[in-house]
Amino acid sequence: MPSSPFSSVRGVFRAIAATVVPEAARLDENSWLELEEIIGKALEARPAGIRHQLTLLVRALDLLPIFRFGRTFQGLDPTRRTQFLLGIQDAPLLLLRRGFWGLRTLIFMGYYGREEGRAETGYRADPRGWEAPR
Amino acid sequence: MIEKAFDVVIVGSGAGGGTVAEELAGLARDGKKVLVLEKGPRFADSEFDGRELSMAPSLYAEEGGFLTAEGTMTLAFGSAYGGSTVVYTGTSMQPPERVIRSWGVPGLDFSDLDSRAKKYAGENGVHLLPPDLLNENNKLFVGGCDKAGYRAEQFPINVRGCKGSSLCNLGCPNGAKQGTHQVQLPTAERAGVEVVTRAEAVRIEERALIVQVQEKKPGAKGLPSEWAPGKYRIRAGTIVLAGSAIGTPALLLRSDLPGLPKRVGEGFTCHPAHILAAEHPHPITNDVGHPKSFFLDRSVEEGFLLETCMYFPFTTAKNLAGFGAPHSHLMHAFPRLQMILVLACDKAISGNRVTVDRAGKPVVHYRFTPEVITSLIRATRASARIFFAAGALRVHAPSADPPLLERSEIPDIDQRIEERHFKEGKISVSAAHLMGGCGMGTGPIDSVTDSFGRVHGIPWLRVADASLFPDSLEINPYLTIMALAGRVAGKLLEEKAWQ
Repeated sequence: MPSSPFSSVRGVFRAIAATVVPEAARLDENSWLELEEIIGKALEARPAGIRHQLTLLVRALDLLPIFRFGRTFQGLDPTRRTQFLLGIQDAPLLLLRRGFWGLRTLIFMGYYGREEGRAETGYRADPRGWEAPR
Repeated sequence: MIEKAFDVVIVGSGAGGGTVAEELAGLARDGKKVLVLEKGPRFADSEFDGRELSMAPSLYAEEGGFLTAEGTMTLAFGSAYGGSTVVYTGTSMQPPERVIRSWGVPGLDFSDLDSRAKKYAGENGVHLLPPDLLNENNKLFVGGCDKAGYRAEQFPINVRGCKGSSLCNLGCPNGAKQGTHQVQLPTAERAGVEVVTRAEAVRIEERALIVQVQEKKPGAKGLPSEWAPGKYRIRAGTIVLAGSAIGTPALLLRSDLPGLPKRVGEGFTCHPAHILAAEHPHPITNDVGHPKSFFLDRSVEEGFLLETCMYFPFTTAKNLAGFGAPHSHLMHAFPRLQMILVLACDKAISGNRVTVDRAGKPVVHYRFTPEVITSLIRATRASARIFFAAGALRVHAPSADPPLLERSEIPDIDQRIEERHFKEGKISVSAAHLMGGCGMGTGPIDSVTDSFGRVHGIPWLRVADASLFPDSLEINPYLTIMALAGRVAGKLLEEKAWQ
């Protein structure tokens, strides 16, 4: 089983993930582990440096709000967390925008890659197509 | 290193390589040795389970998320027996005369390409789906186009016995899509052409290829390679490169052959695309039925194409702009979503090219020109009008800020969707029509090959894939690739090039 790429920054990663997908705040521990395992598996095929870069990005996202709000990301309320990440998404620095785009993509992969996450959306494609009961 | 010898070796098994293999079937029947090398695996029919996170890593290079060097666009291309023909939607367009003529390639005869494409369309069962098999996602597009003053056209598609799983991009679970994995490659194999999967061409040497055959990883999908894992040196009378607009230039660049034309890797185009979604007040049939049945061609007037589409939850999520509650709302409205893929008709420009890194891996450099950005903006505005005309409540436009447009904003579409909101690294841009890198032309100064795919200055080396395009095709490319590949194979046979 691939290890969670965010084990050293789990608290802040989950806070970011629950801001990106609000429904993630309701996940139990097993579902969080499943989400992280999906991401870990996807990263296994990527260069090893990517995991390190992602951990650095998550740490930076925790600390950067101190300059604006006087608190770490984990210390912010949900409204300010969203406000902060909207700023990162629009950051003048391409590197920061790209980094956040990559992180949010992984979070979406982990959340909607789970059977429950997919089912929540109402997506029902079936290999039997028109013949499948709907 | 294991040594082997063949008369002709084809690198790649997609629209280009699969077609060349079929055209050389007679050669194999006559006792000549013809080999196809495919980097990806061969799949058993039962392995196509339609599940996004199990199929995408198995079928696509880098799970369909190959990032450009700038990190601002992802490229999707197949890596399997049949190449990208396993994962496309089967849309089968004849070569566009206007574009082919505009390429100005000496000796490239449009009518020849056209008739070859018609031949492959016949082989692959290309036809229009009957109305009773069209879903509402497609019908709403047609109706929306009518009301918005556009005329949608129906895509001919290459399916036999389509059940409407909507899962084309994850490999058809019912074997209905007639890619080279279903038609050309089996024909070639029956005639004696050898196909070896999990076989990566590492380097080209003088009339030889260095090939690495990979072992199947435990638990991975796909069948083991036909050859024992290991390194091979394969001598060949002629080598035909058909490893895609990324793979072929990359293989040439890391081979560093004497006399190789300097333009290898240049002229990369890809029809950069956005996925747009709109929410309707009631559920529609969208995740059942063929997903891409209609298109709107505005390539001449406004430099874009619109195509119907329907993607899977993760792919949809990553392509919608933003995050949080508005994003989540749209995701949870999936049964009510209509989708349109907008594609820009980009032009080959200096700097947009394929290179290799120090390890020999391909690197794609791509910058969005102002013209491409304007095309995407125009396409997004047109799509918004079509969505609303079709009855959508709200439209998600990545190049709007905020990205959700309500019906009350219809009069403001042009002001809400603007170039200034096209912020690289913020919004998702993806591409699957990868073209160029070994463009055809007159000589080694302006091109890599002639109109028959013969690499200038290296008579035993030919190219037969989308990398031949000297500029973008401005429509879905697979039939044109097949036609060009058929032409390359025809000349190879005429010249007895393996001797």
